[in-house]
Amino acid sequence: MESLTLTDVEQKYYSDLFVYCDTDNTKKVASNGRVLDLFRAAQLPNEVVLQITELCGATRLGHFGRSQFYIALKLIAVAQSGLPLRVESLNSVKDLPLPRFVVAKNEQEARHTALYPDLENQGSYQGVIPRPPGRGQIKKVSAHEVIQPCLPTVEPQPDTTSPVVSPHQSPPTSPHAWRKHKRQASGGNLERPPVVVAGAVWTPFREAQSGPVVTGDGMWSAHSPPPVQESWVSLKDTHPPSSSTLPPMHPSSVQVENSSIRTLASATTANEIQRQSSSGYDDPWKITDEQRQYYINQFKTIQPDLNGFIPGSAAKEFFTKSKLPILELSHIWELSDFDKDGALTLDEFCAAFHLVVARKNGYDLPEKLPESLMPKLIDLDDSAEVPDQATDVGYSGSPVEVTPNKSPSMPSLNQTWPDLNQGNEQWETFSERSSSSQTLTQFDSNIAPADPDTAIVHPVPIRMTPSKIHMQEMELKRTGSDHTHPTSPLMVKPPELSEETKLATSMKFLNCYLFMWTCDGYSSSDSYTSDQDPITSIVARQRSHSGTSPEGLKVVAAPPPPPPRPHASHSRSSSLDMNRTFAAVSTGPQQAGGVAYPPAVPPRPLPTQTSGPHSGHRSDEGLAAHSTTSPQQIPEQPNFADFSQFQAFAASDQPGDDGEKHAESLPVRPGPLRTMKSESQEERANATAKGPIMAPPPKPVRRRLKSEDELQDETLPPKSNVIATVLATQPSIPRSVGKDKKAIQASIRRNKETNTVLARLNSELQQQLKDLLEERISLEVQLEQLRPFSHL
Amino acid sequence: MAVCIAVIAKENYPLYIRSVPTQNELKFHYTVHTSLDVVEEKISAVGKAMADQRELYLGLLYPTEDYKVYGYVTNSKVKFVIVVDSSNTSLRDNEIRSMFRKLHNSFTDVMCNPFYNPGDTIQSKAFDGMVSAMMVQAS
Repeated sequence: MESLTLTDVEQKYYSDLFVYCDTDNTKKVASNGRVLDLFRAAQLPNEVVLQITELCGATRLGHFGRSQFYIALKLIAVAQSGLPLRVESLNSVKDLPLPRFVVAKNEQEARHTALYPDLENQGSYQGVIPRPPGRGQIKKVSAHEVIQPCLPTVEPQPDTTSPVVSPHQSPPTSPHAWRKHKRQASGGNLERPPVVVAGAVWTPFREAQSGPVVTGDGMWSAHSPPPVQESWVSLKDTHPPSSSTLPPMHPSSVQVENSSIRTLASATTANEIQRQSSSGYDDPWKITDEQRQYYINQFKTIQPDLNGFIPGSAAKEFFTKSKLPILELSHIWELSDFDKDGALTLDEFCAAFHLVVARKNGYDLPEKLPESLMPKLIDLDDSAEVPDQATDVGYSGSPVEVTPNKSPSMPSLNQTWPDLNQGNEQWETFSERSSSSQTLTQFDSNIAPADPDTAIVHPVPIRMTPSKIHMQEMELKRTGSDHTHPTSPLMVKPPELSEETKLATSMKFLNCYLFMWTCDGYSSSDSYTSDQDPITSIVARQRSHSGTSPEGLKVVAAPPPPPPRPHASHSRSSSLDMNRTFAAVSTGPQQAGGVAYPPAVPPRPLPTQTSGPHSGHRSDEGLAAHSTTSPQQIPEQPNFADFSQFQAFAASDQPGDDGEKHAESLPVRPGPLRTMKSESQEERANATAKGPIMAPPPKPVRRRLKSEDELQDETLPPKSNVIATVLATQPSIPRSVGKDKKAIQASIRRNKETNTVLARLNSELQQQLKDLLEERISLEVQLEQLRPFSHL
Repeated sequence: MAVCIAVIAKENYPLYIRSVPTQNELKFHYTVHTSLDVVEEKISAVGKAMADQRELYLGLLYPTEDYKVYGYVTNSKVKFVIVVDSSNTSLRDNEIRSMFRKLHNSFTDVMCNPFYNPGDTIQSKAFDGMVSAMMVQAS
């Protein structure tokens, strides 16, 4: 026979197999029957088997000696790995996987029942280990066997130990179990005196295991997890010197496991687990259905709701019963608490329990949670356990990343690793962001509106009827006028704003809208006040001047403090009408408005005609409001305004008077403003119609004033309209709504007329400018033409 | 990138301290111990604001010629101290912050473990793994 070098693993494996096959207990020759069965289990073609038997020399000998058996096993391994069968390959092939022998379960059970009725429980699980105790002895004697010689003493107690041992079988596959049994056996032997029972359990198990190694190996080598093997191997190495070299953990764990398992598990369920575990040979960490059911039952004892959590404290108590060291329990917890919430879901609990059982059976805890133990998000299907990321480090299971990955069909852990690693990073960043609450708070603070007073953020464009546009225009002009009228009583009016809170609020929004629309650079407060001022001022003036109305009626040249708007138009005759109308439109208290301008120049025909009815209307209103003004205003009807056209001209030559009158009229009511505006329109119309008859400079001046007035007019009337509408609701202002509407419409028309007039004026001025520029250019050209000569 | 990482409990005894083994570990232990004074000083500096406004990240506690010491305090007065080599100039403040954040997260996970008694030394493998990742790889 060629020399055969076997690794320790192989040695052990082969020896176990040999023992298994050594049904005759000859210790030297493996029964052909068994061997052939074994070879058949190797799932190799018959030709290969024959070749192997030939190669190993069994055919020569007629039987399988130990060496032949070993060679045969090695050749089987070679064949299974797809390598050609060569004698040389026996030693040349490195890292050859152990030969795999697949055994049907029925076969296992049959063997079990036939051979090992005592250890039925275990046998069922072992199935593959139907080895009578006697074999154990033989095995024990074998040099390769690490099993301690204490076997015989333990043998008589297989029954008592079987139930205890059963739980140990629960974890994965028999090979593992076998391995662990080795450990356990040694451990049991260590603790001989106190753990006789355990030892008894171990040893018979070991025996049983060694027998069915064939079948067990099938599963065993199927997955051959290196760590377990290594640990097993290392353990095996420690065996020969003395069992005492075993880590104390194992014996203690063994004992602990025994007792704890008794407390924890029922024999039946344990048996079930064992049976189940024997079938789950694909994944060492896979939880079988029976196991899972057992875990679920245990879960229910703590937490009746399967969808609920087991708090950490309860879980701690529960798992502490397993008598595992706290450090290991802590590690198990770290592995199983997938979402790091301090509580265990059903999946997490099952994983933890599984790990505990595995640990008790001697398996080392993995560094990372195995795939099959990953908690699933959706269902409890055992076979569909998802290979999610292992709980590595404190990055936790990144539940954010896990949940999407939790699908029953995630096969490869490797694929998920990088994903989860990235997920970890994302999780880290997420947690980093979350931990930096400062940024959040800062952000929140930025959201808060800076100044509610400005109300710029939410401009409520209150549609103040068609006057909104007018309001905007008024706002434009109004703001412009504000600057030109430093003595703007409008600014003084703010204190009176309190009187009209309702109006203020409504106007505020309007102002805001206007403000936004105009995008003026005016400060919010300014615009606000400015916006509100005209309105409020109008109202205020109307109200404030109510007291002066009686006087205003009489006063002609010396009205109350002149407003910033010189209502030149007020000096017109028509302004009286307007005054009346405005007086009527505006607040009731307004009384002196119209009266204050007896010498008001009658409005121009155009505006007056258009606005006549309005003015008349307003005058009516004014009449209603101020009876004193009526006698003066009545005669100033639109028709009458025609005649006053010249007077308007005359008045237009007197900007000062106009201003006065404007000033007078302004504080009174918007009516006068209207008239002023109309007057200005008249002036302009006249100016445009008659050409530069009127001195252009004065016109611009007048126009300026009037423009301001108009602005004020235009701004005020709409606002007065607004005020009218608003004030109409106020009981303190006795006015008829109908008249207000008419006044508003009149003011609208007047504004439009003013607009057209202004536009015309603008175009004319532009034209003049162009002409002048051309003249200048021509002059310059001439000059230059002359100059060169001069230079010469 | 750190040379030494330490977790100190509220009572100022170390829960976990680990340094690059090649160097004189005792020196780092001493450094961490002295840094506690600076940490206390920074904690007490806030006064009325209490922990609400006190930032967890303390920043550079004090530099020496060889290395720099950074501090981080949790709301439960558990301190994290990181000692980095001064020659490693590439480390920015954000990186140090992220390291502390990871430490804090890992520490939280350790705390969540019901088998961990607060006050015990941290023996979590996950925590060790995370710290190892942060230690100086070059060494």
